[in-house]
Amino acid sequence: MSFLALKNVTKAYGSAKGAVPILEDINLEVERGEFVAIVGYSGAGKTTLISLIAGLIQPDTGTITLNDLEITAPGPDRGIVFQNYSLLPWLNAFENVLLAVTQAFPNWSTAKKEQHTQKYLELVNLGAAKDKRPGELSGGMRQRVSLARALAMDPQILLLDEPLSALDALTRATLQDEISRIRQETNKTVVLITNDPDEGIYLADRIIPLTSGPRATLGPSFEIPIARPRDRKTINHDLRFRRVRRDVAEFLLQSRSTQHTSVTKKLVLPDIEPEDLSLPRTPGRRRIPIRRSEIKRETIEVE
Amino acid sequence: MNEPFVKKIDWLILPLIGIAFVLAIWAVSSSTWAKELPSPLKTWQTSKPYILEPFAKRGEMDQGILRFTWYSLTLVAKGYTLALLIGTPIGFLLGLSKGFSKTFDPIIQVLRPVSPLAWLPLGLVLFLSFGKQASELGALFTIAICAMWPTVLNTAVGVRAVPQDYLNVARVLKLSRGKTLFKVLVPATLPYMFAGFRLSLGIAWLVIVAAEMLTGRPGVGGFLWQEYNALIYEHIILCIITIGVVGFILDRAMSLAERRFKMA
Repeated sequence: MSFLALKNVTKAYGSAKGAVPILEDINLEVERGEFVAIVGYSGAGKTTLISLIAGLIQPDTGTITLNDLEITAPGPDRGIVFQNYSLLPWLNAFENVLLAVTQAFPNWSTAKKEQHTQKYLELVNLGAAKDKRPGELSGGMRQRVSLARALAMDPQILLLDEPLSALDALTRATLQDEISRIRQETNKTVVLITNDPDEGIYLADRIIPLTSGPRATLGPSFEIPIARPRDRKTINHDLRFRRVRRDVAEFLLQSRSTQHTSVTKKLVLPDIEPEDLSLPRTPGRRRIPIRRSEIKRETIEVE
Repeated sequence: MNEPFVKKIDWLILPLIGIAFVLAIWAVSSSTWAKELPSPLKTWQTSKPYILEPFAKRGEMDQGILRFTWYSLTLVAKGYTLALLIGTPIGFLLGLSKGFSKTFDPIIQVLRPVSPLAWLPLGLVLFLSFGKQASELGALFTIAICAMWPTVLNTAVGVRAVPQDYLNVARVLKLSRGKTLFKVLVPATLPYMFAGFRLSLGIAWLVIVAAEMLTGRPGVGGFLWQEYNALIYEHIILCIITIGVVGFILDRAMSLAERRFKMA
């Protein structure tokens, strides 16, 4: 059995009657130490998928297991980085991470907890900004704190829910490299949710497209056979990179086109008679639209 | 015009013009249509011993104005503390539990608009068996029950407005119920709570005057009522100004405290 396994998972929102199916037939297997990226359109249900794995919500049908244990609730064995940082604004960076450390390792001494916290803040290059509150940090720095908090709990798996999509392009590139480096150092299993195929391909071992919702499901898995460490500058010219990117894009576009539903609607044409604008205006008469329904008489000259 | 001078106009000169304007209306009124209204000058002359010796104690109902204010403030402090101690937990329960909210929200909405003047007789009746302390306990009861509603309602709104993100963090970190309350819910609700505390303090200060007037306790309100009965109208005005200034200072102090808890 795989490390993380989702089997026939479905999830719908709303009441039993008007339920809107979000995810259907989700099957996913992730091995220990693997880095898997899931890429899909906005609103396809990506966040729902990661919330299911996190245990924040329960699937309607199907099972999710981590290490052969079924996931029923959130827990410190799964470290999550949310898209919107989700740091507690009244705590500074250090305290935010320390809170997680205290929860994950309640039996440690205070000194050990603090040392551990410091270690992870330094891992994400935030040792100097540890006394700053989230409001005083930039988006990229906040996401680093969030990452440090998730990693400091020493989770079995790291779940990244569009962690970089709120950041500007330059910060995003820097943080991608950081994630890549940290992943190499810690050897964690990672599931990354993203809407940027390039980001997924650059970072992951495998990339899996999620079709557009409703009733979104996972497409085939595309292996990314590019050795690490990967070089951002040359990877764009790498044929394997381009092939995977093309395949993923093709699959996503196709999934969207098959999703198109047809609606038959009665077409009502405007009730206005076409008018020849090139004719000179007759003085004294205002030009108003002539309504077809108002034309009662038609004169036809016959010679 | 240089910059500091413009600023001085804003915070000093313009307010002074406003005060002068009201003084002028007062002076004109007292010399024309309201003959019984003492003029500003006469008010000052009659009030002088109370202002210049603010802590003098010449008799039960003849004391310096700040001494009276102090009596009123201590009573407000007790009643207000009581209001916060009762109101905040009720607010949290209302915000956290739908069932609790459905059960008690209607009765709260009915009790909330009741005037302090209506509560006070009930308070006095409630504590009748306490003898001499009845008037103090009745006043405390009235302050607490009138002043707690803004705290209750603001806290409830604040708890309901806690972002789901923070609650998700609490769930992911597996915080216990108590830790979720004190590490997440309370800090996230604090700005709302303080807005409620500030409104509550304003109401408590309003209520104290009414309570003192009706019970005849020594304090600004009691003094006001006594001087009305003694036909010394200058002191009524002195009391009104004192009440206003103290209320203003209390509100300012609360807003400073509130600002300290505002987060980015």
